[in-house]
Amino acid sequence: MNDVVPETHDVDMAVSDEVAISIESMNKWFGTFHVLRDIDLTVYRGERIVIAGPSGSGKSTLIRCINALEEHQAGKITVDGTVLSSDIKNIDRIRSEVGMCFQHFNLFPHLSILENCTLAPIWVRKTPKKEAEEIAMHFLEKVKIPEQADKYPGQLSGGQQQRVAIARSLCMRPRIMLFDEPTSALDPEMISEVLDTMVQLAEEGMTMLCVTHEMGFARKVANRVIFMDEGQIVEQNEPEEFFNNPKSPRTQLFLSQILGH
Amino acid sequence: MSDTHAHSVAYVRETQLPQQPPPTIETGAVKWVRQNLFNGPWGSLLTLVSLYVIYLILAGSLPWLLNGVWTTSNIRECREVLDGATGGCFSVLSERWNQLLFGIAYPSDQYWRPTVAFVLLIAALAPVLFMHLPRKLLIFTGLYPFIAFWLIWGGTIMVPIVALIGVGVGYAVYNRYVADSFAMGFFGGVAAAMVTWWLGGFVIGAMPGFIALEAVPSRDMGGFMLNMILGVVCVSLSLPLGIMLALGRQSSMPIIKWICVVFIEFIRGVPLITLLFVANVVLAYFLPPGTNFDLILRVIIMITMFAAAYIAEVIRGGLAALPRGQYEAADSLGLDYAQSMRLIILPQALKISIPGIVNVAVGLFKDTTLVSVISMFDLVGMIRGPILASTDWNGVYWELWLFASMLFFVVCYGISQYSQWLERQLATDHR
Ligand SMILES: Nc1ncnc2c1ncn2[C@@H]1O[C@H](COP(=O)(O)OP(=O)(O)OP(=O)(O)O)[C@@H](O)[C@H]1O
Ligand SMILES: [Mg+2]
Repeated sequence: MNDVVPETHDVDMAVSDEVAISIESMNKWFGTFHVLRDIDLTVYRGERIVIAGPSGSGKSTLIRCINALEEHQAGKITVDGTVLSSDIKNIDRIRSEVGMCFQHFNLFPHLSILENCTLAPIWVRKTPKKEAEEIAMHFLEKVKIPEQADKYPGQLSGGQQQRVAIARSLCMRPRIMLFDEPTSALDPEMISEVLDTMVQLAEEGMTMLCVTHEMGFARKVANRVIFMDEGQIVEQNEPEEFFNNPKSPRTQLFLSQILGH
Repeated sequence: MSDTHAHSVAYVRETQLPQQPPPTIETGAVKWVRQNLFNGPWGSLLTLVSLYVIYLILAGSLPWLLNGVWTTSNIRECREVLDGATGGCFSVLSERWNQLLFGIAYPSDQYWRPTVAFVLLIAALAPVLFMHLPRKLLIFTGLYPFIAFWLIWGGTIMVPIVALIGVGVGYAVYNRYVADSFAMGFFGGVAAAMVTWWLGGFVIGAMPGFIALEAVPSRDMGGFMLNMILGVVCVSLSLPLGIMLALGRQSSMPIIKWICVVFIEFIRGVPLITLLFVANVVLAYFLPPGTNFDLILRVIIMITMFAAAYIAEVIRGGLAALPRGQYEAADSLGLDYAQSMRLIILPQALKISIPGIVNVAVGLFKDTTLVSVISMFDLVGMIRGPILASTDWNGVYWELWLFASMLFFVVCYGISQYSQWLERQLATDHR
């Protein structure tokens, strides 16, 4: 245990004025169901954004649109200066720049931990195998499970699997990381080990968008909390303001529900 | 403890007795027999009945097997030797050994060629079947089809060489252009290979005797060799075709999806035997007169399509069993379609599909005997036709069919054992 243990004070990282992601009046439908309505969002490099909101409000759909796991029907999404279009080359490029962690980890069960981490660098980045393995070990050390490198995902605990999933994304050296409820499939005692890893990432200046119900994490790490309801961004603010002075009644209701007991 | 109860209780054991070995009736063979064979009156009765059945079978077959005749040259001599005693006329196997294996028409001084091809087949399959063997051996596997073709069919060595060069040129062109677009690479590669083969045709025509083996036409192939040729070729072709059909059926491109669905549903809805008749007769109508479209090739195409349709459905089941998260994880890492299929989706889907694929492969191998119906002399065709119809061996059914069954059984049982071993090797997901 050294410098990576999260400090008690808030993560205080400089946010640059360089735009990492910009979303302009984006709309999405599932069939006739209007999931996302007129989303406008600009994320600057180095920002840590937490997205909160009731179930079914479109949080997952929003961040999945950013790496084109879901297609949007109207509006414009620009990631790292590249406009998301339906061009496959374009999409693959953006995906290799944007890391994503899923609620259910989605590790590849037929590959060892090390192979999980080296696969994309070798095939997408064309990194030589040796070098990819060094990078992978570096990040596995960072998430504190280098000793598991030769095991298979099925042999690891949930918390360890999620940390491997984070390491796997980091091996692609992404400039932006998306998290979709990374801790909600975990037992309580494993949540903190994953959150520690995420705090560490934030301290290193990673641009992060994180859907989570961990309000402690939001208070400590986020520089902005976004509240979504019924496919709209209802309110966004700094965490202090957001939790102490929610403006919209829907936010107040939501906060009273999740913090109230 | 004994202090307190010594007066109130009649007897208290004060020392621990050493452990005794269990009575003989509870150990070893005796116990096993009691528990498994004579476990209650019904169990005992069943055991006795089974033993009696086994006795009947052995009493009937053992004398026939052990007392068999191996050296006579026809059935009458065999019956004389037996002189009324029970015994099999296995001499039909020794006398017709070569016909059973190679058919009637294959030149007898050339039997070494298919034999060598068979031995090399084992060497070519080894690195495919056993993943821990050095990957370099796969080079030989890649060359094997050309070598085997030359060995079995003969002719000038230029034919397989030109074929190989064509494949090489096609692959080079494909590699060069596939980065730009898959369609361009694919069709460019096919076109380049075609042109090479067309040009190579002139070279072959100019030097027909260059390092030539005696040419054996397809209609002279027969016996178990024909079953092996059809089985090996069709299994190895139908697996990749089946994978492509399964992926095509999942495709988001409607035309590709539609073609695959129609193909699969049509082929699965038709008996194999009708496809073979089509191959035998009807295809000839569609071809320009004078084209000599090899019969074995036609049969291979039909059996391959048939097996591929089934394999495609088996693999589709495997694909459907994968959670959507696997596709999404592969996508989110920036793998393209071909990479995510090859590295993530197919390895897992194929592993799930192994039992089903083996099922199809074993069925296909046995179905190669159906070609006897379109008057090709495979093992079954040989037995039914030339051997049983001859006056020498008319009537030795048991010996011949037992032999044929054993040959197929050995191969199919081997495939099945291999697949179970492979499943254990691949069990890494610890679910
Ligand atoms: N593939 C889909 N097809 C149709 N509807 C969908 C699809 N995916 C999500 N939806 C719907 O879109 C809405 C938003 O879903 P989304 O998963 O984005 O919500 P969420 O805010 O992430 O909720 P949760 O907190 O439960 O994860 C939900 O009503 C959901 O039912
Ligand atoms: Mg969600």
